[in-house]
Amino acid sequence: MIHFDNVSKRYPGGHTGLSNINLRIDAEEMVFLTGHSGAGKSTLLKLIGLLERSSGGQVHVNGRNLTRLKNRQIPYHRREVGMIFQDHRLLHDRTVFDNVALPLVVSGLGHKEIGRRVRAALDKVGLLHKEKSAPVTLSGGEQQRVGIARAVVSKPPLVLADEPTGNLDPELSKEIMELFTQFNKVGVTLLIATHDLALVSSMNQRILTLANGALSHDSKTEYRDVT
Amino acid sequence: MSLKSRLLSMPGIWLQRHAQVALSSLGRLVGNRLSSLMTCAVIGIALALPVGLHVMLSNLNTISGGWESGASISLFLDQSISSEKARSLAETLRQHTRIETVELINRQTALEEFQRLSGYADALQALDSNPLPNLLVIQPKAEYTTAETAEQLAQELRLLPEADIVQLDLQWVRRLQAITVIAQRAVVVLAALLSMAVLLIVGNTIRLEIQNRRTEIEITKLIGATNAFIRRPFLYTGFWYGLFGGMIAWFLVALSLILLSGPIAKLAQLYQSSFDLSSLDPITVLVLLSGSALLGLTGSWLAVGRHLSAIEPS
Repeated sequence: MIHFDNVSKRYPGGHTGLSNINLRIDAEEMVFLTGHSGAGKSTLLKLIGLLERSSGGQVHVNGRNLTRLKNRQIPYHRREVGMIFQDHRLLHDRTVFDNVALPLVVSGLGHKEIGRRVRAALDKVGLLHKEKSAPVTLSGGEQQRVGIARAVVSKPPLVLADEPTGNLDPELSKEIMELFTQFNKVGVTLLIATHDLALVSSMNQRILTLANGALSHDSKTEYRDVT
Repeated sequence: MSLKSRLLSMPGIWLQRHAQVALSSLGRLVGNRLSSLMTCAVIGIALALPVGLHVMLSNLNTISGGWESGASISLFLDQSISSEKARSLAETLRQHTRIETVELINRQTALEEFQRLSGYADALQALDSNPLPNLLVIQPKAEYTTAETAEQLAQELRLLPEADIVQLDLQWVRRLQAITVIAQRAVVVLAALLSMAVLLIVGNTIRLEIQNRRTEIEITKLIGATNAFIRRPFLYTGFWYGLFGGMIAWFLVALSLILLSGPIAKLAQLYQSSFDLSSLDPITVLVLLSGSALLGLTGSWLAVGRHLSAIEPS
């Protein structure tokens, strides 16, 4: 699903975001990405969502070579990658329903189909009764669930989450992780960046650790090394 | 949904999307009633000026066109020509293929009329002979009343041995028309300048709108919106600004014409004319509305092209 081949990212001014990353994440995996702030977690996610382009190496996502993708093809790539953010990034002048519907509106779906799918997604995150509310009237955990519903409503094969539980207490974080596990069970590949190590270790999933822009640890290969 | 039915429903969805975006951008304008109204009013006033002048000029053309076709030729006969000779000349000219009517104004009758109307009766009494010549007022046939053909006829009449002076009084009508042509050019230049102003107004308004909705644009791009999708509501907004501005211009011009029509009717009455100020004809209105909508669309297109590409999610 995701394949990094010797990928590096340098910013203008000489700062190095990522250096020589080699990585392979298969379809239907659920992977956690950890590391200190500034280790390059967000940069790695941005390269997958094409919010930024790599300065060297090849990035393949879902069978597509992102290095060669033209700018006007980026929107079509993003439709296949659901993205979840720490600050939710909801549109505050629209209802919960309209926020979740946005990816479907963007891909030009019909009215009925949109209503059906949005309600299914809101039902999954337990917010069906809030569809007419404004996002500001919801709690932080609820807003994050709206963000999650928006990320999965178009049924993308891959979902990226950047510190999805950053502002939530442990109990709410646990709920969000359970949601992710459910999505993973129906075949969605997930890559979740977080610095909440306690939460990550309780999930019993593959963990990638970044340090100073390099991949310092991969629990999957370690497991292989042991056997 | 099967692929076939999906493909079949696509144009419907496309139209549905456009209608939805058009309506929602209209709704946004109505939501910001005051600022939208002010923008539209500025556009309306800018457009009302050239349109109003155009209407006034076309009215002037109608009037002066009427004057030109009404032109008759005054043929002043030589002093030596007697009234009988004049009468027989008038008879001959009546047979002329290009002449509709010939009216003979006898020098004696002319003098009496002049004495009666001018107030110089006593002074004229002092003259020992009648200074006025016999006059033939010639009205060309309808198909020969344009400036050139009437001039040709006048030229022909000048060759008559009996003719002293042949006057075709079109000179001032022509000067007026030349001035009108200049004024029309000026209106075109003015319209071009004010159209540029409208482009800038709409462009600037849309630029501010883009800045206000920056986060929304970023989020929509993150979700996989194409540039066309993001551009669309702004283009519709520009279109609405232009269209409403055009409607305001229409209203302003119509109102001004109503205010002017009373005094103009009074003036026309003083000239014993039944001139009616013609208002905006449907073609002018159509050109005004479609032109203003197009200006709005172009203005927003320019702004969107410049500023949308600068916004990328991070």
